[in-house]
Amino acid sequence: MALKKKDLLGIDYLEKAEIEEIISTAESFKEVSTRDIKKVPALRGRTIVNLFFEPSTRTRTSFELAAKRLSADIINISSSTSSVVKGETLLDTARNIEAMNSDMIIVRHSMSGAPMILAKALKSSVINAGDGSHEHPSQALLDLFTIKERLGRVEGLNIAIIGDIAHSRVARSNILCLNKMGANVRLCGPATLIPADIEKMGAKVYFRPEDAIDGADVVMMLRIQMERQKSGLFPGVREYSRFFGLNQERVRLAKEGVIIMHPGPINRGVEISTEVADGPYSVILDQVTNGVAVRMAIIYLLTEGRGAI
Amino acid sequence: MKIKAKVMDKDGIDRALIRIAHEILERNRGTAGLALVGIRTGGVHLARRLSENISKIERVGVPVGALDITMYRDDIASRKRKTPMGKTEIGFSVTGMTIVLVDDVLFTGRTIRAAMDSLMDFGRPKAIQLAVLLDRGHKELPITADYVGKNVPTSNKEAVKVRLIEEDGKDEVLIMEKAEG
Repeated sequence: MALKKKDLLGIDYLEKAEIEEIISTAESFKEVSTRDIKKVPALRGRTIVNLFFEPSTRTRTSFELAAKRLSADIINISSSTSSVVKGETLLDTARNIEAMNSDMIIVRHSMSGAPMILAKALKSSVINAGDGSHEHPSQALLDLFTIKERLGRVEGLNIAIIGDIAHSRVARSNILCLNKMGANVRLCGPATLIPADIEKMGAKVYFRPEDAIDGADVVMMLRIQMERQKSGLFPGVREYSRFFGLNQERVRLAKEGVIIMHPGPINRGVEISTEVADGPYSVILDQVTNGVAVRMAIIYLLTEGRGAI
Repeated sequence: MKIKAKVMDKDGIDRALIRIAHEILERNRGTAGLALVGIRTGGVHLARRLSENISKIERVGVPVGALDITMYRDDIASRKRKTPMGKTEIGFSVTGMTIVLVDDVLFTGRTIRAAMDSLMDFGRPKAIQLAVLLDRGHKELPITADYVGKNVPTSNKEAVKVRLIEEDGKDEVLIMEKAEG
């Protein structure tokens, strides 16, 4: 089966069976990246546009490599070098791209909901590569893939997500995804960075990281955005690091064989210590490797069975 | 769909695979530089059985690989896939080898075209040969099997169902007829 919708806007819009299909397809695509010739002809002749209105290395490169390894043609547009600086609206930019017969647009934007506006207006498939503090579905899917690959299952696992929950689209997509797959999600961070009523999404809130990590199978650290300190949401980087940073002492509280994840880019010595980030439990670089395979699966499955666009 | 005829049973399939094993050895003068690559899913089981037969005859094993050709198909946009994409596992270098591709049914030849493209991305085989359990005709590309279990001319309205013990619990090849209307 292919995906039911034209677009991938968030985990919220995916059924469990669709998530499983993406993961199993990604398992097949992972092998392609290990070959000498890292390319299959599946999407030959398709045109994909990376439309990024926010800085990104990992996600943009990962989508670009995924498209190229599927033989699609991909071009990159970043807001700083485009007509956006001349005052063109998001929709006008996208309509102009589509007028050049694009098949798929991968969009990152600081406003939550921007990809949905494009999805409704365009015939092209739209992939949300991160919108504001809403969702980052491909990140949650590659996290899921990495957990399944390392631990063999997801159902019943205790997964702690620690950091700035309030502003994190990665956290939101992961809470939705892990819940659909039957994991127990624990959230932890300074009270000012935990939204009220977040437990309604199906997660348990802890205010001490020791409690969240205790017996956890997976610990997922979020990047602390330095600009939040200026807005007074937490007193200081050093204090944050002392109370919430992941160091070896705290890792010892987790279950044996715990895996440590981080969506990147990491602030060494702030939310995660160097010993932990580079330590034996860290799967941070596996996440990056798996990201390409998962994005190949997403692009492939959104194209499959859709006819000429 | 109803069963129109059973064209091969377990003994028939066993005998065909023993004969094909002998033919492969005769034509390639032994097992040197030889490898079998099955096309998922039926072809992989048949490739393993051929490899067992060959090692019984020659007392030498030949490497077996598995190929999933979904990513090489020419009909991604129009096709509604029913089976999930499988893994490609070729644990040896294909460069300089004589590769016998193994599939259950030869029909239009498009699967074989995709399999050859896929194989070429792994290296440069010395030669590629094709073994199929059943050749049902209607080829759309200039592709012919080197080793054939059975030739069964079929009509386009018919479908061929190959059942293998590994997947379906029994060995048989059936010709199915699509229901009227």
